Amino acid sequence: MPGLGPLWLSVKLGLISTAILILFGTPLAFWLSRTRSHAKTVIEAMVALPIVLPPTVLGFYLLILLGPNGLVGSYWVKLTESTLTFSFGGLVIASILYSMPFVIQPLQNAFESIGRGFVEAAETLGARPLDVFFTVILPLSTRGFLTAAIMGFAHTLGEFGVVLMVGGNIPGQTRVISIAIYDHVEALEYAQAHVLSGLLLAFSFTCMFALYFINGRLRHEH
Amino acid sequence: MNTDAGHVTAALSRPDFTLDVDIKVPSHGVTGIFGASGCGKTTLLRCIAGLERDARGSVGFNGQLWQDSENFVSPWQRPVGYVFQDARLFPHMTVARNLNYGRRRSAPLPELSSPEQIIDMLGIGHLLDRKPAQLSGGEQQRASIARALLRYPALVLMDEPLANLDAARKQEIMPFLDRLHANLQVPMLYVSHSLDEMTRLCDHLVVMQSGRVLGQGRLHDMLMRTDLPILGGGEASTVLDVRVLDYDPHYQLSRLQFAGGEVVVPGRHGDHSCPLRLRIMASDVSLCRERPRSSSILNILPAVVESRQAEAGGYVLVQLRVGEAKLMARVTLKSAEALNLIQGQSLFAQIKSVAVKNSAEQTAIDNANAEA
Repeated sequence: MPGLGPLWLSVKLGLISTAILILFGTPLAFWLSRTRSHAKTVIEAMVALPIVLPPTVLGFYLLILLGPNGLVGSYWVKLTESTLTFSFGGLVIASILYSMPFVIQPLQNAFESIGRGFVEAAETLGARPLDVFFTVILPLSTRGFLTAAIMGFAHTLGEFGVVLMVGGNIPGQTRVISIAIYDHVEALEYAQAHVLSGLLLAFSFTCMFALYFINGRLRHEH
Repeated sequence: MNTDAGHVTAALSRPDFTLDVDIKVPSHGVTGIFGASGCGKTTLLRCIAGLERDARGSVGFNGQLWQDSENFVSPWQRPVGYVFQDARLFPHMTVARNLNYGRRRSAPLPELSSPEQIIDMLGIGHLLDRKPAQLSGGEQQRASIARALLRYPALVLMDEPLANLDAARKQEIMPFLDRLHANLQVPMLYVSHSLDEMTRLCDHLVVMQSGRVLGQGRLHDMLMRTDLPILGGGEASTVLDVRVLDYDPHYQLSRLQFAGGEVVVPGRHGDHSCPLRLRIMASDVSLCRERPRSSSILNILPAVVESRQAEAGGYVLVQLRVGEAKLMARVTLKSAEALNLIQGQSLFAQIKSVAVKNSAEQTAIDNANAEA
């Protein structure tokens, strides 16, 4: 029986990076849905990059950026006296970038589909922009938030290439489930690989099923 | 700026459209903004509400400046109640929560009706626990009107609230608008391209074309003007304010009193002394020098010629005085010469048909024929 540590580590990584992405992705997605700025297209393209970029490329740049001599990494060393690469913190940063499009895009779509109509109605009823956001836009974007959270979480769970590049394989620190499966196969421990793969498969299916099920229910409600 | 009347000016310039209007909004009653689609009626309301941020010019109301070249009062700070063509009720809230949305964000005005009165006036008390998706189009629009009124606005803006409803739903909602008209203590701007709605609901009329004001004034005066082709190209008409005197169940006729006398119309129209509005097309009025002894026409009124005016197509439009009221008749040039119509001449006006506005029993084609 393989240790379930890697599974727990993956879940923890997924939860933390999804939470951070939702928190900071919401204002960005909202801005993208409303702005007429020329910068919009550039930022949309940057957000979408991780979809097309091989994870190794993303991982390579992150390794350089987050490494002890890198722009971000050296600053981190000064601040905390530990390195970002080959640490859980580094994995969180990598996951946030890697899963960003899967959170931002559903949110942006949800915000765009609300349109100006309800916002104008709320404004003429005396609601200020932030008030409108929390009382009208957020509740009407429930499905978008659900999709964003589950997609971001599930995508982080399945990440492999980026983790391998910036995280290495430190048990309890950076040895997430996909890396553990790879290790077991390398060592010809197929039984353990089966257990972990089966767990990940079941878990991913449950996530997707929940997403489509709840989405269907919400669609009937409105 | 006059204290008892709002004064609204708004200007907006876009590549394909220019709006430049200056209208008076009397402090009481309903002011209709009438015009064909695309004339800028809706844009004008949106400017007043602050929903068009790139509008130039100034928007002011009752002495308050809402917008000019340096200032812009945000829409949430303008005391307007906006009713959109599509009701725009928030789909995730019940009707009750929709109604409370504006109310919680506004300072209540003691002179306005209480929430209970407004809910009662619009007949939505039984719908409070429902979600908007469970309401009919007419019910949604009634809830949306109540929501706008519960914002306790100083000015109510209605943007074609009936345009998305079918004829039956319009008839269902009209009596509620009549009640609103009778009970509303703040001025209202009502945008529509239906002259029928205007005649029924409005006290004042602003006629717009291509972003400009063609004319404005009392509804009764405006409908008698023939220089506004948009009102129907010579289809001049008279609006009479009447009260119900009584109803004859045998002949099924109602007797109505107006400033110039009495008229009789088929059907029962509201209760005793209930105010109604009649619209009489100039082309439905014919003239005789002597009172006809036997005629199928019920309404024959003594009248005095005030003026006459030639119209295209061999017609003459005759302005008449009936008691204290005015009436218009459209006759052929030949008839006008045969009758030798001159100013001050006394004769009799025969009214062929009368359209009764704001009656709860009004049918889809609200044209009641007064012939027996």
